[in-house]
Amino acid sequence: MAIFLDEHSRVVVQGMTGSEGSKHTRRMLAAGTQVVGGVNARKAGTSVAFDDTSLPVFGTVAEAMEKTGANVSVLFVPPAFTGDAVIEAVDAGIGLAVVITEGVPVHDTARFWAHAQGKSTRIIGPNCPGIISPGKSNAGIIPADITKPGSIGLVSKSGTLTYQLMHELKDFGFTTCVGIGGDPIVGTTHIDAIAAFEADPETELIVMIGEIGGDAEERAAEFVRDNVSKPVVGYVAGFTAPEGKTMGHAGAIVSGSSGTAEAKKLAMESVGIKVGKTPSETAALARALLTS
Amino acid sequence: MDLFEHEARDVFERYGVPVPRGLVADTPESAREAAASIGGTVVVKAQVKTGGRGKAGGIKLASTPDEAFAAASAILGMDIKGHTVHKVLVTEASEIAEEYYISFLLDRANRTFIAMASATGGMEIEEMADSITRMPASAFDASAVFSPEIADQVNAVASALWKVFVSEDATLVEVNPLALTKSGKILALDGKVTLDDNASFRHSRTDSGAEGDPLEVRAAEKGLNYVKLDGTVGVIGNGAGLVMSTLDVVALAGAAPANFLDIGGGASAQVMADGLDVILSDPSVRSVFVNVFGGITACDAVANGIVQALGLLGDRADKPLVVRLDGNNAEAGHRILDEARHPLITVAHTMDDAAGRAAALAGAGAGKES
Repeated sequence: MAIFLDEHSRVVVQGMTGSEGSKHTRRMLAAGTQVVGGVNARKAGTSVAFDDTSLPVFGTVAEAMEKTGANVSVLFVPPAFTGDAVIEAVDAGIGLAVVITEGVPVHDTARFWAHAQGKSTRIIGPNCPGIISPGKSNAGIIPADITKPGSIGLVSKSGTLTYQLMHELKDFGFTTCVGIGGDPIVGTTHIDAIAAFEADPETELIVMIGEIGGDAEERAAEFVRDNVSKPVVGYVAGFTAPEGKTMGHAGAIVSGSSGTAEAKKLAMESVGIKVGKTPSETAALARALLTS
Repeated sequence: MDLFEHEARDVFERYGVPVPRGLVADTPESAREAAASIGGTVVVKAQVKTGGRGKAGGIKLASTPDEAFAAASAILGMDIKGHTVHKVLVTEASEIAEEYYISFLLDRANRTFIAMASATGGMEIEEMADSITRMPASAFDASAVFSPEIADQVNAVASALWKVFVSEDATLVEVNPLALTKSGKILALDGKVTLDDNASFRHSRTDSGAEGDPLEVRAAEKGLNYVKLDGTVGVIGNGAGLVMSTLDVVALAGAAPANFLDIGGGASAQVMADGLDVILSDPSVRSVFVNVFGGITACDAVANGIVQALGLLGDRADKPLVVRLDGNNAEAGHRILDEARHPLITVAHTMDDAAGRAAALAGAGAGKES
């Protein structure tokens, strides 16, 4: 099994006709994803050819869902329009909205998050690489060919660290890798993914990757202590980050004494999560647990 | 983007938040004129984007224009925690009866915004943690914190601050202290405003930033995601998480990173050259660690980028580079670097090994200084 995304997922791409949208639609198709169409109000009724697949463009997410049975949307919409695009997907009742766009104003993210409360859409992102269930489906920009299906579930704030671990542990493979994004406000959290991995019978081990800023890792550690029976391996980036500086990701900032890597590592270790000092050591910890 | 206090003061004034009269000065002469125009006793305050100004001597009272001249002479050019003072804010001095605290900010955990208020203000936020009341930003109620005599006034100020927060796309609007003057008036005496850079497209903002590290200013002009640090190993990588991790691995190898630099997905020769140029301009850099995981980025393109960048830089490239490429087309990337036989480039195959080599090279270059 996999979490949030599997071989039955039918993916529509909001922003498919843009350069990033079309580039990654092609890659998603190549990875075996059932991409069923795109959404662009100004190009409704046209179609776009991707090698030997031609995909229809719909005017709205609702229409795309009605005509194709889409249940996942991947968004490559420019930052200024992302808020409205997510709200459209939520209002259409899509099951999963994966927001790749980087640079979304945090007031817009807060607005679409509030709008989605009590509705049926799970939101991943924004500013994230998306989600992949290797061998089944790939919704976003995670490279599909650096790993294979397997028994590890991974959740991470960072894209490239996700790729690094996927690559280092490719001999074991992954059920699902979820890139939740590095913004201060994100939809799906470490806790949401860890809870789903705990419930997924094929996931044998969970890898959680965090970085400085906020207290999501600390809260995830508490959740693991109270709710998770599977082994969890962790990694935190940013021990050398100075206070008050944004380190690339909008949310990666140590404010005063809060949000430090050290505090996150200690919180994770205190509940029995094995935390690696480097990505390679983290992979080695996972490897040891899976072969013991 | 953090605003200077005087910029925050101006924004507050525009939205109807009561603030003391104030003028900015960048010379002692203009500070004297400002004091004369305001009249009476004034406060001369260093404009730097860091805390602890008071303790550093960056805030002085002046009862005459000449005293303001003297205060500004002392403060301008002062270094406060690595920030050089280029401007002072001259404000009318207020007779303060009580000091409070109020702010609106992001609540990351609950994915919303909250308000914080305290009837004890004027000190560092950490020191008053116990006295702070948190409430939903949309349901701010001063009477939960403040005495009935001033609750209405504080509510009006809070409502104006919330307008600043929303209309300006802020992630922090803080007033500390919010003062009750002896005449019974509520005044925002000092303010901190952080604006969301992601929302710049819908505001006409002028970046006041040029007070930072000169290398950071230069990197920002080239659109590079660069943060200056104190060590000797320059770092370039792709992806914020991987670059932070690279800094940590360098530290574990016994050296200190000289910078954070995320060149993102593209890693073209020009971006690589721009990045290397900034890093090699840092006199404390003794070696450079280029760490790329090719996800979508192809490592052969990165390798070509590195070789071409060294060509573009010519003699300016004078420090050893340790390059670690992994992922998409890594082997082709290694081949390109091997064939280039560039005397400055060492190829390493893992992050840990590369960090060790870069640290050793930085140590070797340190000579007798260390």
